[in-house]
Amino acid sequence: MTIDWVLILEKILLISGVLVISLVVAMYSTWGERKVAAIMQDRLGPNRAGWIGLLQPLADGGKLFFKEEIIPGSSNRFLFILGPSLAMMVACMTSAVIPWGDTLIIAGHTVSLQIADINIGMLYIFGVVSLGVYGIMLGGWASNNKYSLLASVRAASQIISYELAMGLSLIALVMLTGTLSLKEIVEQQRHGYWNFVYQPLGFVLFLICSFAECNRSPFDLPEAENELNGGYHLEYSSMKLGFYLFAEYINMFISSAVMASLYFGGYCFPFMDKLGLDHNLLTILGTAALFFKTICFIFFFMWVRWTIPRFRYDQLMRLGWNMMIPLALANMLLTGAAILWKQGH
Amino acid sequence: MQALTNRAKPVDRRPMTFVERMYLPAIAKGMAITFKHIFQKKEVVSYPEQKREFSPVFRGLHVLNRDAEGRENCTACGLCAVSCPAEAITMEGAERKPGEEHLYREEKYAARYEINMLRCIFCGFCEEACPKDAIYLTETFAPSNYKRESFIYGKEDLLIPMPGEKKKA
Repeated sequence: MTIDWVLILEKILLISGVLVISLVVAMYSTWGERKVAAIMQDRLGPNRAGWIGLLQPLADGGKLFFKEEIIPGSSNRFLFILGPSLAMMVACMTSAVIPWGDTLIIAGHTVSLQIADINIGMLYIFGVVSLGVYGIMLGGWASNNKYSLLASVRAASQIISYELAMGLSLIALVMLTGTLSLKEIVEQQRHGYWNFVYQPLGFVLFLICSFAECNRSPFDLPEAENELNGGYHLEYSSMKLGFYLFAEYINMFISSAVMASLYFGGYCFPFMDKLGLDHNLLTILGTAALFFKTICFIFFFMWVRWTIPRFRYDQLMRLGWNMMIPLALANMLLTGAAILWKQGH
Repeated sequence: MQALTNRAKPVDRRPMTFVERMYLPAIAKGMAITFKHIFQKKEVVSYPEQKREFSPVFRGLHVLNRDAEGRENCTACGLCAVSCPAEAITMEGAERKPGEEHLYREEKYAARYEINMLRCIFCGFCEEACPKDAIYLTETFAPSNYKRESFIYGKEDLLIPMPGEKKKA
């Protein structure tokens, strides 16, 4: 048995590339968030560190690294450190199944721009996203602080409630495409319309649920600054706090990329096969298109955050269980009926 | 109860309609408002580079005046300290020695004159109380500092420079 060293090298390069890119995007999301908040409130935002404040994330990161590291005496030390590490790791893991582009042909060798094209890609994403709640839960519980505990309980129940609706809204998409592999879903959209056209309700439900899964406003109850003093990361300082905040931005980036891949054609863009361009060039353009879509979604996340106030907890639960899940079920039923009708049964 | 103004509006307690319960139209409306603000004028003055103009009646940091020959006007009469509602002014008088006529205008002068800028409320009563035109409020304000002690301004901070001489920073 021979080991395909080229494949291993290629995958290692790809993994490091994707990791670095998601970290950089997350870094500049913090800058983008402050900039978007500022311009929506008629301010200027960070503009002192570097040109239009572009060095601000580096300054923030440097500050977080050099801050004093405090571990509360009454906390569970092991779990306290495990919390942010888990949050960060889980946030980085999801990017493995996202097709970042089509294939590149380098010296007769075909290189896929997807780390792992597994045929259960969507299930993998669900599994990993569900793990994300452990980071918050462990961190909040290990802090031994009532605000942190309350916040992590909130986070757990919120994420579980919205995961149901999220899964149900995706089942309709799976019924339509007949596959769980993200690469195939994207390829199907290359020639036809984007899935958004077939699944408008499913997309809206998925969008709302991903806001809830990312703990973004208006579903940011786990970190409600003004009621829970910051929520589950209340006792955290230094880079451990940085990890929590960073993981949130990575999650936002990844869920934007997932939404772009599932509903907005991923790396496909209109008329891409009619341009008659070189295959490699087309792949690079496709990756750029995916990043453009992702950044639009990130902007949307921020836009919503600086517009809509936070839900009350009972409103959040009622929305999740009484509206999202019935709507997702109805969407599933309609999709199923439409598929059967089309097949002529 | 009789309405105090004619602008009172009754509270609408009707249950929400279906469209209102969907939240989404209201959210879209709100998001249109925030989006509009992206293109609006930014209400920001980038402070150290740009400065907002003060009104002509602005009262800022004090100065101690000199007369046309460069002699200190202050005679340490204490009227400013008496008039000060915040009790920010402290002074100590001293007698002018022979040979110091070019420094102080009258026989008595302030050997120590301190204003605590953290106590001062910049009301300008000291300026009004002064019979010798010795204290004036300018159009600058006290710069920030790390120490409370640095906000007690002594004579060296307050006195305007001698004519033809630059004040050290």
